[in-house]
Amino acid sequence: MSVAARRGGQFVRRLAHRLGGSPETGSAIWETIQLARHQDRPYPLDYIERLFPDFEELHGDRLYGDDPAIVAGIGRGADGPMVVIGHQKGRDTTERTYRNFGMPGPEGYRKAMRVMALAEKMDLPVITLIDTPGAFPGSGAEERGQGGAIARSMQTMLRLRVPSIAVVIGEGSSGGALALGVTDRVMMLENSTYSVISPEGGAAILWRDAAKAKEAATAFQPTAANCYRWGIADVVVPEPAGGAHRDHDEAARLLGGYVSRAMRELQALSPADRRRQRRDRYRRIGAYREVAVADPTAMASGVDPASASNGGGSAA
Amino acid sequence: MSKRPITVSVDRLLRKRDTPAPRKLPADERSCPKCQTHWTSDEMRRNMRVCAACGHHFPAGARERLDQLSGGAPWVELWPELRASDPLQFVDLEPYPDRVEKAEAAGSNEALVVAEIPIGGHDCVAAIMDFSFLGGSMGSVVGEKLARACDRCVERNLPLVVITASGGARMQEGVIALMQMAKTVVAFDLMHDAELPVIVVLVHPTTGGVWASFASLGDVTYAEPGALIAFSGPRVIEQTTREKLPPEFGRAETQLSNGQVDDVVDRRELPARIGKVLGILERPSGMAPAPAVTMARAGAERAANAARTLPDLSRRVVSKVLRSDDKGGR
Ligand SMILES: [Zn+2]
Repeated sequence: MSVAARRGGQFVRRLAHRLGGSPETGSAIWETIQLARHQDRPYPLDYIERLFPDFEELHGDRLYGDDPAIVAGIGRGADGPMVVIGHQKGRDTTERTYRNFGMPGPEGYRKAMRVMALAEKMDLPVITLIDTPGAFPGSGAEERGQGGAIARSMQTMLRLRVPSIAVVIGEGSSGGALALGVTDRVMMLENSTYSVISPEGGAAILWRDAAKAKEAATAFQPTAANCYRWGIADVVVPEPAGGAHRDHDEAARLLGGYVSRAMRELQALSPADRRRQRRDRYRRIGAYREVAVADPTAMASGVDPASASNGGGSAA
Repeated sequence: MSKRPITVSVDRLLRKRDTPAPRKLPADERSCPKCQTHWTSDEMRRNMRVCAACGHHFPAGARERLDQLSGGAPWVELWPELRASDPLQFVDLEPYPDRVEKAEAAGSNEALVVAEIPIGGHDCVAAIMDFSFLGGSMGSVVGEKLARACDRCVERNLPLVVITASGGARMQEGVIALMQMAKTVVAFDLMHDAELPVIVVLVHPTTGGVWASFASLGDVTYAEPGALIAFSGPRVIEQTTREKLPPEFGRAETQLSNGQVDDVVDRRELPARIGKVLGILERPSGMAPAPAVTMARAGAERAANAARTLPDLSRRVVSKVLRSDDKGGR
């Protein structure tokens, strides 16, 4: 395991100790969700400003429009030039509306892919900063291929020859988050969350009542410590005391250190090795059982298919 | 959009004259919701669960679809022993294991059935989703089966045919289910490197994380008439944006005009259409595989090796974190 990951591991143990070693309670999880969504929490442009003094934001997907819910550009920081892409929520009402609350449409993901192509051409590492309640649910987004844009963004990231790091800095919910999250290393800030869906969305579907968000959050257990234990996050990055919103400079400094270390490890690998390890990383994720099959028509594992028979023509 | 609905029954296509006249009976699951025509179970089966009067496509189970695709030729199911576990000890209105148990009792073992099967005389691997199993939701088993299906294709130089029907990622497996999206994209990338074709058929409904991952990445993509194909469902969109959506929102015909699918294909024509595409894309046998194929094979082998250690890994993850996975086989 990598140095950064081990450091992350020590940190998780510290975190676990702080939580009394027992699983996080519902109210602790809910508190984390509030912190992950805190309106003063640093957003990608806050980190970029501090880590990449020279940053040039790039706009537009060259196909349809520009999506302000995703910021993307090139910057030179302590580790040289990089491509940075992130979900940008707004801080006040005007900006939130402008940025669509950090919910991208297909143009956002296509802008990301376009800038990743630049990274490939110029051999620049890619950093993504994830913070979204999900991809935007709207008829226009659907017409212009929201599903395909998310799928192809993952595919593009999977095929990158350059090193890549994703950092969940706030809330990472649904495919709208994962679209920027298929990387060599996945980091999560101490008070960030990563989940299949936002607690409100999950509550609306599973409890048929969006007000049951707290119950949903308790069930999804989307905290950094859990994601680290499940192998979804490789590294948990500490935040300043009280949370990243208390001290943007310190939050950026801490994140910058972890990114630098991981980047050095990744740059020691060949592009082919990085790509293979990236594939294997995602190929391995899953939790399932293997049972003895009682169904006589179903093939048992290891039996030659030619000698097994199944229910051709046996529909009910 | 301008497609005329196809209302010819298979019997008529086969020049059989014994198609009975439509009957009107009290509504049940064999009554067409569109035109109220009632069909016997046998008529439904022979007509591939399509209303012969109006062309409405009824839901079809994965195994029945395999029979339809193979034209009754035998097929072999792969990895039926893979079953859902409960990594999060998830309880919403009902504990997840209870939901799984009920779904299994209803006859399917998971939301994806994989088989080796001939379609139109071409051997392939088919991965068919079953909406009746927990809304066709994609959890770890769906991801693992699809990944193994692609490995098998690479191993045996076979094309992949996928039929999707899903509400999206399986909420009850939390972020682990979300990650299956990336896992399926990895699997399709092996097909890409091995230069093997992937045909995707989108059936009603294909939404959420399935549409936003492998379902969008076919080389040739068909949709069944009337299928809802969307990342966000109409209800979610209406609640979020207060838009009023037309009934044709996200339907296969709309997605054809949006440029999201290659064609809308009647279920009764699917086996022939898929067979035709497989025939066009088939490589002459004995032809040396492209250099990329060798690479992809190596990749598939590594993946298969990784898969062999996977139960251990998942058990380790599950037991270490939540100590929940010793219900064992049933
Ligand atoms: Zn009808």
